[in-house]
Amino acid sequence: MPRLINRKASGVGGLILAVLPFVILLAAYMMASASRLAENPNDKLLPAFSTIAETTARLAFEPDPRKGEYTLWVDTLASLTRLGVGLSVATGLGLVLGISIGLLPLLRTGLAPFVAVISVVPPLAVLPILFIVFGLGEVSKVVLIVIGIAPTMVRDLSIHVSQTPQEQLIKAQTLGASTWQIVTRIALPQALPRLVAILRLSLGPAWLFLISSEAIAATEGLGYRIFLVRRYLAMDVILPYVVWITLLAFLMDYLLKRVSRAAFKWQAEESSL
Amino acid sequence: MSLISVREVHKSYGPVRVLERVNLEIREGDFCAVVGASGCGKTTFLRMLLSQEAPDRGAILLDGMPLALEPGPDRGVVFQRYSVFPHMTVEENLIAAAEFRGAPVAGRFFGKRRRAAVAAVEEMLDGVGLTRARHLFPKSLSGGMQQRVAIAQALLAKPKVLLLDEPFGALDPGTRADMHRIMLGLWRAHGMTVFMVTHDLDEGFRLGTRLLVFDKPRWDPQAPDAYGATVTYDLPLEPHEDAPAAPGAEPETKGNNHVQ
Repeated sequence: MPRLINRKASGVGGLILAVLPFVILLAAYMMASASRLAENPNDKLLPAFSTIAETTARLAFEPDPRKGEYTLWVDTLASLTRLGVGLSVATGLGLVLGISIGLLPLLRTGLAPFVAVISVVPPLAVLPILFIVFGLGEVSKVVLIVIGIAPTMVRDLSIHVSQTPQEQLIKAQTLGASTWQIVTRIALPQALPRLVAILRLSLGPAWLFLISSEAIAATEGLGYRIFLVRRYLAMDVILPYVVWITLLAFLMDYLLKRVSRAAFKWQAEESSL
Repeated sequence: MSLISVREVHKSYGPVRVLERVNLEIREGDFCAVVGASGCGKTTFLRMLLSQEAPDRGAILLDGMPLALEPGPDRGVVFQRYSVFPHMTVEENLIAAAEFRGAPVAGRFFGKRRRAAVAAVEEMLDGVGLTRARHLFPKSLSGGMQQRVAIAQALLAKPKVLLLDEPFGALDPGTRADMHRIMLGLWRAHGMTVFMVTHDLDEGFRLGTRLLVFDKPRWDPQAPDAYGATVTYDLPLEPHEDAPAAPGAEPETKGNNHVQ
């Protein structure tokens, strides 16, 4: 019998091991739901899968009787737009500031302490300020996402860029490269994989800030809907919404991982996480 | 006139004197091999030749002019590691110098100009035996191949002097022997002036036309940092025999070009 640290799962066995936790979770839910519904058929806390499926179909494929909109898609579009704009702005800031601070000593001296301080400001604490300054519209939600994730991205990327081996920078200079050429040909291409990695790690916080801001002031959006129907204990809406958000977040992460693998073939192999 | 003149150079890091009274004349076409104990200042001296560090006192002249304040295309360099750009293929690494010179804004060539640049490095690719590896990234090259890319890349920028900082130190003995052969071939073909720091005495004798030894001429056991190292031996070598230096070679006296 080999030691536990030397035992590995093979093909089918590995698949079973990977699926098992999901199966257990679903089974546990089904049993708990069935037992509650057996006691009280009107119980709203743990709705049966059939109820959840009906509600999901209604939200996704039937227009809302009062507004005439397909609720799930309207919410999804609104949330993804906010998230997309927020992530794009934050990524752009992270790239520009991260490379500048990481590569240029003057900017590092001037901006690094500022970014370090800004990055520890709790974003949700400034949300009221954003609502006051930018109103209750889209801008404040996007800005919250940016404030929430950009400082971390800037710090991480600038540290990564500043760790570029000095030998490479010297070599580039001996080949006649200007600062601009070093930025665009040496620092930027080598920062991109790291940028994608930090973007993937920022997806979680970005969703957190999105849903927080939608919960407080919005008229549509995934987070808005969850917090709206909470008042009616509408678990048959909340649960599929949570699953949908999870699925969207997972897909974004997965796509970014694939992009990173395909686009940066020069990189040494990374871990499979 | 010498290509590089080093005059009365001193360098300290805080209370630690690393180099003192270094005087050196390097003629065009010299292959200087620099040896010395660890921490004797030979790498510090190379960093000063690169303008990575500035001397505290004294002057270093290249072609009669003081060195530029930052590294530039007049001095090429190959380090022990990290000398190639990991995100560029072998071919892209080799045309980089031409691209930096010819495309100030984009920093790269496209289409016809790129093809011309690639054609221009063909001979060098062949000379260092990398034609078949031209489209590979450095991560899939062996250490010896990476160093060959680095040397070829440095030579293509046509520097006045090539500085090598233990370029073969991380290679296994077989590869190192191959690299010595390639290095000598390139040195002869390009008529380069080479300044190589090494910790391998045998390598110094094998490659150099001059062997410079850095050591501390004065030593105070109570204060080991009080005195710095300088060039204590400057041995002219037989031009590239496989045997060690000619037995009768006398240590040359230093400082025949003092300005102060």
